[in-house]
Amino acid sequence: MPMPNTPFSRSDPPDPPPLITVRGLTFYRGDRAIFRDVDLDIQRGKVTAIMGPSGAGKTTLLRLIGGQIRPHAGRIEVDGACVHELGRRELYQLRKRMSMLFQSGALFTDLSVFDNVAFPLREHTRLSEALIRILVLMKLEAVGLRGARDLMPSELSGGMARRAALARSIALDPMMIMYDEPFSGQDPITMGVLIKLIRTLNDALGLTSIIVSHDVKETASIADYIYLLSEGSIVDHGSPQTLERSRSAWVEQFLHALPDGPMSFHYPAAAYAQDLSLAQEPSP
Amino acid sequence: MIDGLRRLGRSTLFWLNRLGRATLFLLRLLSALPTLAKRPSLAIRQLYSVGVLSLPIIAMSGLFVGMVLGLQGYANLVDFGATSSLGRVVALSLARELGPVLAALLYAARAGSALTAEIGLMKTTEQLSAMQMMAVDPFARVYAPRFVAGIIAMPLLAGIFTAVGILGGYFVAVQQLGVDSGAFWSQMQSTVKLFDDVINGVVIKSVVFGWVANWIAVFEGYDAIPTSEGISLATTRTVVNTSLVVLAVDFVLTALFFGV
Ligand SMILES: Nc1ncnc2c1ncn2[C@@H]1O[C@H](COP(=O)(O)OP(=O)(O)OP(=O)(O)O)[C@@H](O)[C@H]1O
Ligand SMILES: [Mg+2]
Repeated sequence: MPMPNTPFSRSDPPDPPPLITVRGLTFYRGDRAIFRDVDLDIQRGKVTAIMGPSGAGKTTLLRLIGGQIRPHAGRIEVDGACVHELGRRELYQLRKRMSMLFQSGALFTDLSVFDNVAFPLREHTRLSEALIRILVLMKLEAVGLRGARDLMPSELSGGMARRAALARSIALDPMMIMYDEPFSGQDPITMGVLIKLIRTLNDALGLTSIIVSHDVKETASIADYIYLLSEGSIVDHGSPQTLERSRSAWVEQFLHALPDGPMSFHYPAAAYAQDLSLAQEPSP
Repeated sequence: MIDGLRRLGRSTLFWLNRLGRATLFLLRLLSALPTLAKRPSLAIRQLYSVGVLSLPIIAMSGLFVGMVLGLQGYANLVDFGATSSLGRVVALSLARELGPVLAALLYAARAGSALTAEIGLMKTTEQLSAMQMMAVDPFARVYAPRFVAGIIAMPLLAGIFTAVGILGGYFVAVQQLGVDSGAFWSQMQSTVKLFDDVINGVVIKSVVFGWVANWIAVFEGYDAIPTSEGISLATTRTVVNTSLVVLAVDFVLTALFFGV
């Protein structure tokens, strides 16, 4: 059943060199291996999706790529630099060019929407306030929140907060964006707009995008390449078309949302009956 | 017995571990100071929330403590016919001990707990992670400004506490109990020394207390477990630990400055 873990074994062309290469990634939380010897590549200028069930380690993978946590083994290279070997200064230089949209949005609650989007510009550039205003309004217009610029994060709905955070994460025109669950909590219209937005941003600005999601249909509709993650390893990967045609049981289960299959919905646990103490004790 | 020893050992290790982490934290905090020096406005904004917003409670408490000192001092001195030294008693107790110590304890309850909760909540809601991913160092942007602002605020608050306390003592002694106003002030003037009492007492003590109180408050927030219980635990720890450490450090400083 185990799939070969070699990203080049399928259809993708070898050049140009990938923006991110992950080799032999191993990472533990306590005794539990979140990743076991994972290899993957993120191609430049493409939208790559990483899908997998809840708790599979998708957010953890993004944090590893962003250098917030260190792998226990393996290498993660972003644009030729090994993230976890960089000093803090170099890591921060690299991070100015990468950007991450957090699952929760993570807006600064003491700043208005406008100031949130302006934050990275004010921290990292010496632009005049007038220019910053223009840039911020452009970013907010792109996510449809120009009118909400004076609201505080506590006054936004979950979906609006996510979009405001998206505006903030594109403020510095990064070379890549990592989206953690961009679609959850969005209504169908906003979802459509977001899908188009992610695609447009990617193509117009020449970005590289990584989408982490379990919204299969939406993600498959914009992704150029998909990795399926389950129980610590990549169970399959390929373009949406290839995966659609794949006969793999994982793909079957995940893409078609079947409750039964090789992927478990349960966090690893002792046998149910044993947990409920039914196994040992005779029933009364 | 063995169990008790084991528990003692474990909690000692736990505290040593925390002390180590707190020390590393402090070192990184200090290494972020040059960056902060380029943008003092960050600390000034914090000075408002830890300093200005603590003013009412500090001034009110100072007033009451001064008034109590006036009453108690009078009740004790009147038997010796020494009520004219009341000014000196009030001023010395406030400047040497009560001003800096009580201001620090009130500061821990009012501003320290708020700092811990704010930072802990920023951690819980991933705002600090988001900041790091934006290549902004929370040490320079969040922790250091609060730490520095707190250290600046502390002596100012202790000074205000002391001054208002003296006024409170004056009010009770002179206005209510009829102590001679001239004696009250002149006794104070002739016995309270600028260097020995005001600098050592109000200034140095409260700078040290400010250092301790803000180090604990910011560290507890930074180190909080990112959940609601984690934050509530961290906030409690800030107030309890700051109070204990301030009182212990006060004993040491008093022995150094005023011991014979
Ligand atoms: N700080 C932490 N300490 C210990 N374990 C953690 C921590 N954060 C995450 N985990 C564990 O790591 C695993 C992967 O978590 P992660 O957040 O990466 O999942 P995910 O794939 O993003 O899930 P979701 O789709 O629900 O967001 C989870 O099983 C979780 O129990
Ligand atoms: Mg996640």
